[in-house]
Amino acid sequence: MDLIQSSLIQAVQMTLVLLLAPGLTGLVRKVKARLLGRQGPPIVQPYRDLLHFFRKSPVLASNASWLFRIAPYLIFSFTWLATALVPTFCLGLPFGPWADLIAITSLIGSARFFLALSALDVGTSFGGIGASREVMIASLAEPAMLLVVFTLALVAGSTELSTITAFMLSPSVGLRVSMALAFAALLLIALAENSRLPIDNPATHLELTMVHEAMILEYSGRHLALLELAASLKLLLYFSLIGTIFLPWGLATPGASLPSYLAGGLFYLLKLATAGVTLGIFETALAKMRLFRVPDFLGAALMLGLLATLLRFVSSSL
Amino acid sequence: MAGETLAAGGYSLLALWGEPDCVHLSFWDAGSGAAAVMTLPCPEGRFPSIGRLHPPALRLERTIHDLFGLAAEESPDARPWLDHGVWETRFPLGKTSPSSGPTPYPFLPTEGEELHQVPVGPVHAGIIEPGHFRFTAAGETVVRLEERLGYVHRGVEGLLRGEDLEQAAALAARISGDTTAAYSSAFAQAVEAALDVEAPSLAHWLRALCVETERVANHLGDIGAICNDAAFARMHAFCSVLREKILRAADLCFGHRLMMDQIIPGGMRTVPPGEALRKLRELSEEITASLPGILQVYETTPSLQDRVVGTGVLSRALASQYASGGVIGRASGRLFDARCHLAYPPYSSLRFSVPVREEGDVDARISIRIREVEQSLDLIRQIIDGLPEGPASKPLPQERVAPGEGVALVEGFRGDLFAWVRLDERACVERCHFRDPSWFQWPLLEAVVYGNIIADFPLCNKSFNCSYSGHDL
Repeated sequence: MDLIQSSLIQAVQMTLVLLLAPGLTGLVRKVKARLLGRQGPPIVQPYRDLLHFFRKSPVLASNASWLFRIAPYLIFSFTWLATALVPTFCLGLPFGPWADLIAITSLIGSARFFLALSALDVGTSFGGIGASREVMIASLAEPAMLLVVFTLALVAGSTELSTITAFMLSPSVGLRVSMALAFAALLLIALAENSRLPIDNPATHLELTMVHEAMILEYSGRHLALLELAASLKLLLYFSLIGTIFLPWGLATPGASLPSYLAGGLFYLLKLATAGVTLGIFETALAKMRLFRVPDFLGAALMLGLLATLLRFVSSSL
Repeated sequence: MAGETLAAGGYSLLALWGEPDCVHLSFWDAGSGAAAVMTLPCPEGRFPSIGRLHPPALRLERTIHDLFGLAAEESPDARPWLDHGVWETRFPLGKTSPSSGPTPYPFLPTEGEELHQVPVGPVHAGIIEPGHFRFTAAGETVVRLEERLGYVHRGVEGLLRGEDLEQAAALAARISGDTTAAYSSAFAQAVEAALDVEAPSLAHWLRALCVETERVANHLGDIGAICNDAAFARMHAFCSVLREKILRAADLCFGHRLMMDQIIPGGMRTVPPGEALRKLRELSEEITASLPGILQVYETTPSLQDRVVGTGVLSRALASQYASGGVIGRASGRLFDARCHLAYPPYSSLRFSVPVREEGDVDARISIRIREVEQSLDLIRQIIDGLPEGPASKPLPQERVAPGEGVALVEGFRGDLFAWVRLDERACVERCHFRDPSWFQWPLLEAVVYGNIIADFPLCNKSFNCSYSGHDL
């Protein structure tokens, strides 16, 4: 019975993230449009776009290799799996014990690896530019992410997300400087990882300034749909991660009743909506950063992460 | 001789254009403030190269060869320019011969390890005109940019041959859609000079009203679009609203959002109703009141300032050498404005200042645009308040008077726009030439991008906002 219930919860979680991800992207776009005085496309537009792309057969470059064809499936699977590991509305996911923060980070890293390879595959100059920029950004974002993971692990005594969240909900957590620093670092990393402003502009049509968009320029049809969906999932993943670790309220505990699961779901939706609106407002107030400033930006994230880790060694109560 | 003075900086090149059997050169003497046109017959199909001494003339000479088959002797660059080998005939305006088809176009060589080429265009991801940009980059840093234009060549000069004035004016208005008032105005002034008639005073004032309204609309669009290329969409949204208001007011006044076909040789087609003019005047006050807000957002957003200050610097020396007009020249310390240096009516009786900056970066080009919007809005009010009485047009003679040639230099929103026309006995267009300000701005974009990163090119490009269709004709 227990196994059936936990499997069911994992299945619900996997479906939920898949269903919500495009809506979140749509929400951010809608908020930005409204702030700029435009009506904007409806929130459901990303769903329609995905449906539209899935119905179309992909157009492949004549020199595209097998890698180019399988990469979208790999990238999508890795991202989906990583997103399914983050507790969204309840704790104690059956995948939890096997998959901790380090696994999530490496799944995201693997997805990026294949995306960069596929961008190089057909040999267009924009793909190359996009891949080289993405790898440069990743080489700075990943160490920063790991430092955040270390901080959390040192504080909570585990890299497993359910344990960290349970610790964050317990009274022993208190007010900690290191957690504040880790939170700030994670916000910066989330912006960079999701190709948001000020690192990358998700709405641009300028080939020469693109990072993520440049890498997927050659994709079409269902391949493009998978990559778009993966990008939406990744945004949802980071929002869920921030929500679960730093705003863990409302999560249902294992074995809870149905109403508390529903309440957990509602809390989760509220968190996502708040994050989406905040991102929309933030992106409207900012211009994109010059590409060579990105190391400064991510350097700040790295330093915050490092400081958070070091503080833990100075005093266990910080 | 003229070539040497041009090269020494004594004269500014205004235009260099051809006919089947001669070439014309026009320049402006900053010392005496006079413009001149020289003609050199070339019975043997050759003319001495000006570009050899004065590089700004190079692309003009290559165009003369493409269109007329006249070769520039000892020119350092004999590659075709507008002709990509896809026209049906070679030398379409001179001694025509069947085209031999496209030939490979050799880009200027770049050598070095770790250099890579990035070809961009002619089809771009945004809704813009076609042009090819060949970047050579070391990592992200651009070491050379070479442009290739001519994709929107429509043969305007050929189409204009033999057309009556009404049809010709309609064609001239469509050379570059965003500059339609300035092009129409230049064509009308050139024709009036050729026929030796003076348009009524009211027509001059209304033409200036059109050109200034056009300038405000385009500058507002550009200010927003440049900021949008730095992913600062707020400014774009705000400026787009203002631009839309201006276009609607223009529609109310002149029956067309871009004011197309209103300015005709001899005067104006219609006089705007007083009510519409009053609304335009109110709108100009409203926009003037919102300008400080725009300026404040622009100057106090650090992320935006970080992108524009020091990006894409154009030196004063290059701006002067290329006699680059408009915002681009004035942002690099070249003070030239046809409205005050040639003081054609009605600007001689209006008060306005021409802003100049020395920095020559993207920031300077945006600031100049904001200041020019301010000046133009003030001009709009002065014009509406001071509109003279009388007719708006006068009938033109049906026969030309010798010699039947006329030139005009009009300050459009991109800079000084040159028009030359020669009429035949029936007062139809025999030959006509337009030189868009972009001719002397496109080459500078190549210089400006040098040493910047590839990702900053869209910002530099938009801050220039050169015309493709006006250039390719």
